[in-house]
Amino acid sequence: MLNPISLAFKNARKEKRPALLTYTIAGDSSKKQSLEILKAISNYADILEVGLPHNTPVADGGQIQTSAYRAIKNGIKMNDIFKIVNDFKKIKNSKPVIFMGYYNMIFQYGENNFLKDCKKSGVNGLIIVDLPWPENKKFSKKCKKNSINFIQLLSPTTSNNRLKSITKDSHDMIYYISMLSTTGGKLKVSPKKILENYNKIKKISPKKNCVIGFGITEKTISNFKNTDGIVVGSQICKEITRSLNNRQNPVINVSKIVSKLRKKIS
Amino acid sequence: MKLKKGIPVIDQGDKLGFWGGKFGGNFVPETLKKPIEDLEILFNKLKKDKNFITERDKFFKNWIGAPTRFIKLKNLTNHVGGAQIWSKVVSDANGGAHKIYNATVHCLLAKKSGKKVIIGDTGAGYAGKMLSMAAKKFGLKCKIFMGAKDIKRQQPNVKAMKKNGADVIPVYSGSQTLVDAVSECMRYWVANCDTTAMCVGSTVGPAIFVRICGWSTSQISRELKVQLINEFGEVPKKLKLYNCVGGGSSSFGFWNEFMDYDKKQVEFIGVEAGGPFKSKKHAAPLTYGSKIGILHGAAQYVNQNSDGQIEETESISAGLDYPGISPLHCFLKDTKRARYTAASDEEALKAYQIVTKYENLRPSLEPSHAFSVAIKEAKKFSNNTIVIINSCGDAYKDRGILEKKLGKKYVKSN
Repeated sequence: MLNPISLAFKNARKEKRPALLTYTIAGDSSKKQSLEILKAISNYADILEVGLPHNTPVADGGQIQTSAYRAIKNGIKMNDIFKIVNDFKKIKNSKPVIFMGYYNMIFQYGENNFLKDCKKSGVNGLIIVDLPWPENKKFSKKCKKNSINFIQLLSPTTSNNRLKSITKDSHDMIYYISMLSTTGGKLKVSPKKILENYNKIKKISPKKNCVIGFGITEKTISNFKNTDGIVVGSQICKEITRSLNNRQNPVINVSKIVSKLRKKIS
Repeated sequence: MKLKKGIPVIDQGDKLGFWGGKFGGNFVPETLKKPIEDLEILFNKLKKDKNFITERDKFFKNWIGAPTRFIKLKNLTNHVGGAQIWSKVVSDANGGAHKIYNATVHCLLAKKSGKKVIIGDTGAGYAGKMLSMAAKKFGLKCKIFMGAKDIKRQQPNVKAMKKNGADVIPVYSGSQTLVDAVSECMRYWVANCDTTAMCVGSTVGPAIFVRICGWSTSQISRELKVQLINEFGEVPKKLKLYNCVGGGSSSFGFWNEFMDYDKKQVEFIGVEAGGPFKSKKHAAPLTYGSKIGILHGAAQYVNQNSDGQIEETESISAGLDYPGISPLHCFLKDTKRARYTAASDEEALKAYQIVTKYENLRPSLEPSHAFSVAIKEAKKFSNNTIVIINSCGDAYKDRGILEKKLGKKYVKSN
């Protein structure tokens, strides 16, 4: 039986479109609202990335930082984050959820403890921004044992040799960082160049699902229709901020954006 | 966990960059793996290259002004009673602090790698000021990331950076101090690592930055060893080296050359920032038993909550106001080679008053922390004990704070 992440890619492929992955910060702007947002956008997104808010994020741009600081300020804790996923999965059990975060939060929780609670609450995959290969070898094996997808990251600076080693050690999904940037940067590389690198990865590792993220918005997403999957994060976080500032309902506004994103690639 | 003899501490890390198997490492985004590896290859090659060492020493001597003075504080010794109190006046160095060594080496490396821009973080403003000086000297464009709170409290250094042509970029996130400046600087590097070199301002960050900085500031103890032998004919039998510890670059440099001596002969005392007397916040992870965590790419003892969020610090001295500590110091602590303690804001201010009252020396608030502990402990030692404090910064940058805390008159009269 395919794991839920691979199944999501397979289903999207059947519809001749890339899978849509969204990123929102757990607990932004509150525990309740963050769950409502997940429920709403899961009608359009294929895989939900849930960010673990951290206060010294070295790879995140302004939008996601703002979301993360807001969630922390509102008192979000690891236990709450697991509860959000748990509650979400009660309603949408088949929708894959991926945690994305920084290693210190996992380290403090304890790797084994963390994986145990991931499993219990229904988390399907993990992206750890600051635990690169080969440092992540041991942990990624642990994830596999627990049937949790450890998702390796690749970037334009990744050398060919490294690319081969990393893809070899990866599970079902790989994440390609589109450009040299923190999250939410303006797409400063041409889609053509990004697709060239994407195709290089696919050539080396044709069976793994490769998604592209960083700098993808409503404006740029349609350039990547012929890929396995696309991640949109900062634009969604920005919309939450904008809605809150204008005293509007972020759940409705974010849901609208994700619906539009889905239309652009369908 | 054991400290090896005969091998520089900066080279005692394992393949993945961990000292003692658990401090340091490279917890970085994938994008930075390549530039970090490039820098490692370059540094490992150049540090064995005689021409490069000659070039470095030329700049250290002719431009930085090596060696900095080693002086006896006679009046202070008489006042305290007990050990002989000496100081290594590292603030003599061009620019007024030890940060110039690391900045110079990073600019040399940037030139060798063909980079045109160099970026750096700063807390007290010294690392930024020195990097801006060195960048100017070597013809590199320079950007300095600095917490908005620090920009306010360290104006003299901010002015100096701007005068040297650097862009000073205020960081408004989090506590608006050094921790956020380092994060923002790393983020900028993630986005620009193809054209830009990064200088981490202390012995913190991914392993290569810890090593480069420690290698650079070790100039301090190389000089001191020669000066000790000139003065006493040998390395004294009872020597105690006091140094403030924020990230840990000046203390590591002050101690490195004496690492292999028995600690009964050469003792290292690191003084962290205890923060305001009545506050629960501090910048002393070693003294107050903080847990190991990951900050800015390295595993280290760091102030954090149970969820792994980095905690805000508080200290009168911007240069020590950092929640983490160099992996090198974690290693020296756990191998028991160095001893760590803390001084409060009030104690540092008091020490500043005592030192400036008795001596023609104006240690900045950072080394004033070290003076505070040294003065207290020196009383208990015999006259043949040599106590040396690294006066690694000049108080000029602290004028505003000193004036506010101690009164205009006091600052002016000194």
